[in-house]
Amino acid sequence: MAGTILAVPAIGFTAIFAVLRFPNFTVAAHATIGAFAGYIANTALGLPAWAAVVVAFLVAGVSGVLNDTLVLRPLRPSGALTMAIAAIALNIALENVVRFVFGNDHRGYELALRRDWRLGSLRVGPQQVENFAIALVAMAAVFLFLAFTRTGKAMRAVADNPTLAGIKGIDADRVARLANLVGMGLAGIGGMLLGLDTSIDPLTGFRVILSVFAAAVVGGLGSIPGAVVGAVTIGVAEELSLLVLAPAYRTAIGFVAILIVLTLRPRGILGERAY
Amino acid sequence: MLTFAGLYGLMALGLNLVWGMTGLINLGLAGFFATGAYASALVTVKLGLPIAVGLVAAALFAAAAGAVMALTTRNLRGDYLAIVTLGFSEVVRLVASNEIWLTQGTDGISGIPGPWRGRVTPETFNLIYLGIVAVFVAAALWLLERVRRSPYGRVLRAIRDDDQVAAVAGKRVIAFKVEAFALSAGVVGTAGALYGHYTSYIAPDAFAPLITIYVVLALTAGGTGDNRGAVLGALLVVFFMESTRFVTGWLPGLRPVQVAAVREFLIGISLIVVLRWRPAGLVPERIPRPPA
Repeated sequence: MAGTILAVPAIGFTAIFAVLRFPNFTVAAHATIGAFAGYIANTALGLPAWAAVVVAFLVAGVSGVLNDTLVLRPLRPSGALTMAIAAIALNIALENVVRFVFGNDHRGYELALRRDWRLGSLRVGPQQVENFAIALVAMAAVFLFLAFTRTGKAMRAVADNPTLAGIKGIDADRVARLANLVGMGLAGIGGMLLGLDTSIDPLTGFRVILSVFAAAVVGGLGSIPGAVVGAVTIGVAEELSLLVLAPAYRTAIGFVAILIVLTLRPRGILGERAY
Repeated sequence: MLTFAGLYGLMALGLNLVWGMTGLINLGLAGFFATGAYASALVTVKLGLPIAVGLVAAALFAAAAGAVMALTTRNLRGDYLAIVTLGFSEVVRLVASNEIWLTQGTDGISGIPGPWRGRVTPETFNLIYLGIVAVFVAAALWLLERVRRSPYGRVLRAIRDDDQVAAVAGKRVIAFKVEAFALSAGVVGTAGALYGHYTSYIAPDAFAPLITIYVVLALTAGGTGDNRGAVLGALLVVFFMESTRFVTGWLPGLRPVQVAAVREFLIGISLIVVLRWRPAGLVPERIPRPPA
């Protein structure tokens, strides 16, 4: 179970990297945006968690497309590193939009209290099981989309070889918009799933960003199955680290993992191929 | 205020060496700034050594951290360095917040000595310190301008423009990159140490990623690649930050958290605006002619 939720935003980050070839740090802000969109859907409209997740996906995804089209795309000629810098600046701007509207307070979702399930001596929270299931469904949907639909195949083609995809008549701009919609949408789902466990505030996304990067880099930046493998690796490593390290250092594990993987196997566990 | 402009100027000069001249990215400036601030504070407060030793320790610690980052990503594209340096700055904050035996955690370290603090009036202290920072900025400006005009600086620009060509020309590209990155981190670390001795108090909260944005904005607005532009940009950014105070004053009925949000939003947006419409900055880079 460890790392399954982490895999969702990690797939988003790596999918955008695969198609657009720059690290879009606004996944942090979009995880937060998704968490707050889901929060509104849950508390103001009274939707249950699984339905609020759909709202989180759509709002974060649409925001991702808009921000890429209006802000980041015009900078593409200046190169990937300039875009990375702009993405950091944009991330701070977006976080502050959320802070302006909602303030710095921690907020919790309105969820029905349910008794823990007992499996022998194990106690399992039903909400955690539901989050796990939502993460699995989201991932399954992404894989089915990439493997079987025409648009999914076009996305993989652009990630693999943009020039060849262009010659074949695939519209790169359309694929880029799609990558942002799906990628940032997944970041939004990830942010909400993390918030369901605890509470949300404008830094919800930023707090997990190190683990998300780690999952993507460990698995192989730009590889979607790699993001899943990386997320599970990081998730398990973070849990195991509790045996020897203070809980506060959970997120530092990701950073250590990045350094180790880059030193020993720079392309990540599964390499950089998109699928 | 001008003291802070000087500190940002120092960091912008450091960033110019890696980003402006060598084309390497460093999104963890806040982390190197914090490394320097903590190194110097610990050396002077816990070990009771003089401030000068603290400054040297700050520069060395930050440079060593920079060298490790650059070495780890030596064979990879710049994207990885961006991710690793951003991660580094978060880990520094994490360590500073949690190693309470060493850093006093989120309480921060207070009572960091400043030159002649307590023996002169606070106003005089501020003036003296402004002078000290100005000397450091002038020294860094002179030193880095020497680097820029030297054959060494030419190699760095060659690496920025095309590192394969530089490698074919027999330059040890990785060594140059690591050296430049470490030197730059050392300059940023020194700025961090100067910050601690000025305010006499440091805490993890002071080293948020927003500092990185300030410095990148200063360098980009002033002119990437130009050392004087970096200092000019730092003055502009501090001026801009102060003027956002007035802008938020015109918007009545905002809660303090909203005022802070508006200011941070404006900083982020202005960096994007500069990158989009004035990427060369106010003082565009002029490549020095090699001696005939």
